[in-house]
Amino acid sequence: MSPRGTTAAGREARLDSRSGRWIGAGLPRREDRRMLLGRGVFAADLSRPRMLHAAFARSPLPAARLTGPDTAAAREMPGVVAAYTARDLGEPYLLAVLERPEFRPTRMPVLAGDEVRHVGEPIAIVLADDPYRAQDAAEVVDAEWQPLDPVASIEAAREESARQVHPGLQGNCLVELTMFDDERLPGIFGNAGLVIEQDFSSARVAALPLEGRACLAEWDEADQQLVLHISTQVPHQVRTGVAQALEIPEHAIRVRVPDVGGGFGLKCVVGREEVAVAAAALRLRRPVRWVEDRQENLTASFHGHEQRYRVRAAFGDDGRLLGLDADIDCDVGAYSAFPFTAAVEPLMACSELPGVYKVPAYRARGRAIATNKAPTAPYRGVSRPQLVAVMELVMEQAARKLDLSPLEVRRRNLIGPGDFPYTGPNAITYDRGSYAESLDLAEKLVTEADWQSEALSLQEAGLRAGVGYACFSERTAYGTPAMSLRRMGMTPGYDTALVRMDPSGEVIVTTGTCGQGQGHETTFAQIVADRLGVHPDRVRLRQGDTDLAGYGWGTWGSRSIVIGGGAARRAADLVAERLRRVAAHLMEASPEDVELSGGQARIRGDEQSAIPVPDLARVVYFQSHRLPEELRYALEATQTFDPPGTFSNACHAALVAVDPGTGQVTLRRYLVVEDCGVVINPVIVEGQVRGGVAQGVGAALLEQVRYDADGQPVSGTLLDYLPPTAAELCPVQVFHLETPSEFSETGAKGMGEGGTIGAPAAVLNAINAALAADGVSFCQIPVLPRDVVAALGTGNGAGSYSGRGAGRARDERASPREAGR
Amino acid sequence: MTDVRQIRVTVNGAAHELAVESRRTLADMLRHDLGYTGTHLGCEHGICGACTVLLDGQPVRSCLVFGVQADGCLVSTVEGLADGDELSDLQQAFSDHHGLQCGFCTPGFLMLAEGYLSGGRPEDMGEPDEAEIRELVAANLCRCTGYQGIVEAVLTTARRRLAGRRPSQPGRLAEDAPAEEAGGR
Repeated sequence: MSPRGTTAAGREARLDSRSGRWIGAGLPRREDRRMLLGRGVFAADLSRPRMLHAAFARSPLPAARLTGPDTAAAREMPGVVAAYTARDLGEPYLLAVLERPEFRPTRMPVLAGDEVRHVGEPIAIVLADDPYRAQDAAEVVDAEWQPLDPVASIEAAREESARQVHPGLQGNCLVELTMFDDERLPGIFGNAGLVIEQDFSSARVAALPLEGRACLAEWDEADQQLVLHISTQVPHQVRTGVAQALEIPEHAIRVRVPDVGGGFGLKCVVGREEVAVAAAALRLRRPVRWVEDRQENLTASFHGHEQRYRVRAAFGDDGRLLGLDADIDCDVGAYSAFPFTAAVEPLMACSELPGVYKVPAYRARGRAIATNKAPTAPYRGVSRPQLVAVMELVMEQAARKLDLSPLEVRRRNLIGPGDFPYTGPNAITYDRGSYAESLDLAEKLVTEADWQSEALSLQEAGLRAGVGYACFSERTAYGTPAMSLRRMGMTPGYDTALVRMDPSGEVIVTTGTCGQGQGHETTFAQIVADRLGVHPDRVRLRQGDTDLAGYGWGTWGSRSIVIGGGAARRAADLVAERLRRVAAHLMEASPEDVELSGGQARIRGDEQSAIPVPDLARVVYFQSHRLPEELRYALEATQTFDPPGTFSNACHAALVAVDPGTGQVTLRRYLVVEDCGVVINPVIVEGQVRGGVAQGVGAALLEQVRYDADGQPVSGTLLDYLPPTAAELCPVQVFHLETPSEFSETGAKGMGEGGTIGAPAAVLNAINAALAADGVSFCQIPVLPRDVVAALGTGNGAGSYSGRGAGRARDERASPREAGR
Repeated sequence: MTDVRQIRVTVNGAAHELAVESRRTLADMLRHDLGYTGTHLGCEHGICGACTVLLDGQPVRSCLVFGVQADGCLVSTVEGLADGDELSDLQQAFSDHHGLQCGFCTPGFLMLAEGYLSGGRPEDMGEPDEAEIRELVAANLCRCTGYQGIVEAVLTTARRRLAGRRPSQPGRLAEDAPAEEAGGR
């Protein structure tokens, strides 16, 4: 295990120089070329003869009884072919189920029938020959509304007199959980040297892939199939959801996934609109395309991460954590999203709050609270950005109270090198990681780069400056053994891969995972190439087609490289074994003596004996009479992988400057020491980390889906909802530690979410360090400029602002609209 | 009520004459009437920049321009950057520096940067630095990369072009990649 930087630049298709394998090599991405040439094909690029365009009429109210809706006027509009309401379609719905008595299942109507529960809820679908005309017609769909009292916040939902968002709820809870209720806790808190209380809240945010949701549904007369081309992370779950909602068998639906312009969790659930589009295409027997616009995406798709924490932590005088008691509320909006349910956030939060720290006694209560806001989906990180921020705030507060260094308090509580495998109070077993080592290295790097001097010079220039750290782990690649503990009606986890070598020696890998920019076409090829001894260019990945792949669970939860990649490796091993046996037969050698490398089969120690792999393939398919029966006809294998799950880990460090006059927080330095086990492709890993950090910084400093007190969304454009631009970010240095996982076929651990998980805590701690002398400590995200100004009492613009133009402009345009927070 | 105009427009050197509804955006005209689907729509209100194309050499948000406004104009889209299948230096630099993940925003960044590199920037400004490129790149949104690879790719290309050295072959751009923004690499 040693730190190493990597070179992203100057990359060619070279083996990893340390290992002589393709795994570990920073290969250029297979995906890049078509994207750079403008030849990527996204759902909105698909077109068909006689294609219709869908637009949705939506609720303008957060809560109302609905009579109608009346589509007569819409159907009279030019170019309109049809318009359907819930009744027209037979009132289809999506139902996500958790098999827990504390869970209240609620139907999510594809189109609202007699009640709407959030602004933007679809009430009718309009089909026209042109997208502009479809939109025109959707705007004249009429309905009679009887407004109901909107439930627009956790506080409003929990009031005694609150209206219930769904009939039969209590306290508006879709689920209320008590987990790990250690009976020793009262005694521990009674006797503890130090008890601290820590509140924390995080704003509702949007995943905001640059491509919104989009799909094209068409009827295939020959195959008697509905073909749904859709921008999704979960093709098989889309098939299942549409089949259930429309009451047709799964084999009558083929889901195909074109290039996907980002997902981040938004596209790992099934949307109502996509089901409605499928229903319309079935009825009309014409292709129907729907492309979400950004306002719909920001107000009517799915959000996430709106949470409140009240945590008590008991410490000994020596700074060791003795007990933890947490109460967690998640505002999950109006419905449970299919298939994960609205419980996904509180379950994750309660299960994983202890994180990288040893917590001897633990209790957690968590609630999914229904409100009249858009429903939520498992956005990147799912509760972990919040729970990591909570634990890191707890460590910082304990350090202050005990007059210890914050890093020392962390070190006294981290699960140490000698503790693995460590089973926590949350009944989770953590496989080996580098929790202490990553913190040590991060601190060393920060010291060597002398961030402290930079902080001092920033302070001399009239700014505040501080360094913050965040230590965390990221549970990845949950198989069904781990997922089954959640008791979902549909328990995800496994994935299946088919590896097939064709007669020309080319390899096709087919998986149920389904990437959206993670570079799977490159990394899966690296994994398989090593097993077959061929160049990765000989290996092609086919993903996102439910007719080609065995049932799979798509790409989310940092699962693909471990589970899909593990299945592909297992299948490739079987094909490799077959190749060795074919070569051994042809060379009259023993299979154990045959090795595959450099695109050839060789007998070990015999330089003369080499058969190119394509020649072996040709013999198998075209001259099978030369082979014994068991080696004939095919070079393919299908394997499934269903691991228990594995934890990657990281330590983030941030240096921020705070302008006391404007409240502007500027990110100055950022570094990540990450350990995702065996790195398949360092360039891609670093890209995932950097992109994740950007989203976490956005959550910490900028991003907020806002509703007013009446439940009206007020952040429906990118003038109101602010993802970070390049101006708000700084270069992110990435360093690697490598602790291979024993629970993964390749030794790799998932790492798709870690950047997003660690960044809010690191930035928050840096801000609090910068403002420590002012006695200011924030415990919410985002921390906005006006929050800083208000906390410092310096709202006169006296500071020496030195931000860049773009950053300043964004701040100005944001400020008038931030009032409702 | 349908107001249709006949226009002429040259896209990536190819002349087109077509009838287009007045309210149709340049982006929709390019994508759906002329088939240049490499131009992407990310917000349709001028913020994200995914739809950036060059109109008479200048970067514009094609979602904020009507198709009819391009009458008589030269339009450049992402499809026109490469020489056949050979990536331009800028495109190659995006791959070398991992300046794209999902690829949806990429055409907009490429056209923004190409507009800047091929005429938007006064020649007497000297060599660009990271801050200058970061400000340029801040015009558009990317949700995947954190922008670092995009900044590095544009900066590398800018310096190479300023030095008057086209790369001898694709894939060989990076030997003189700038050190100060390369971070921990």
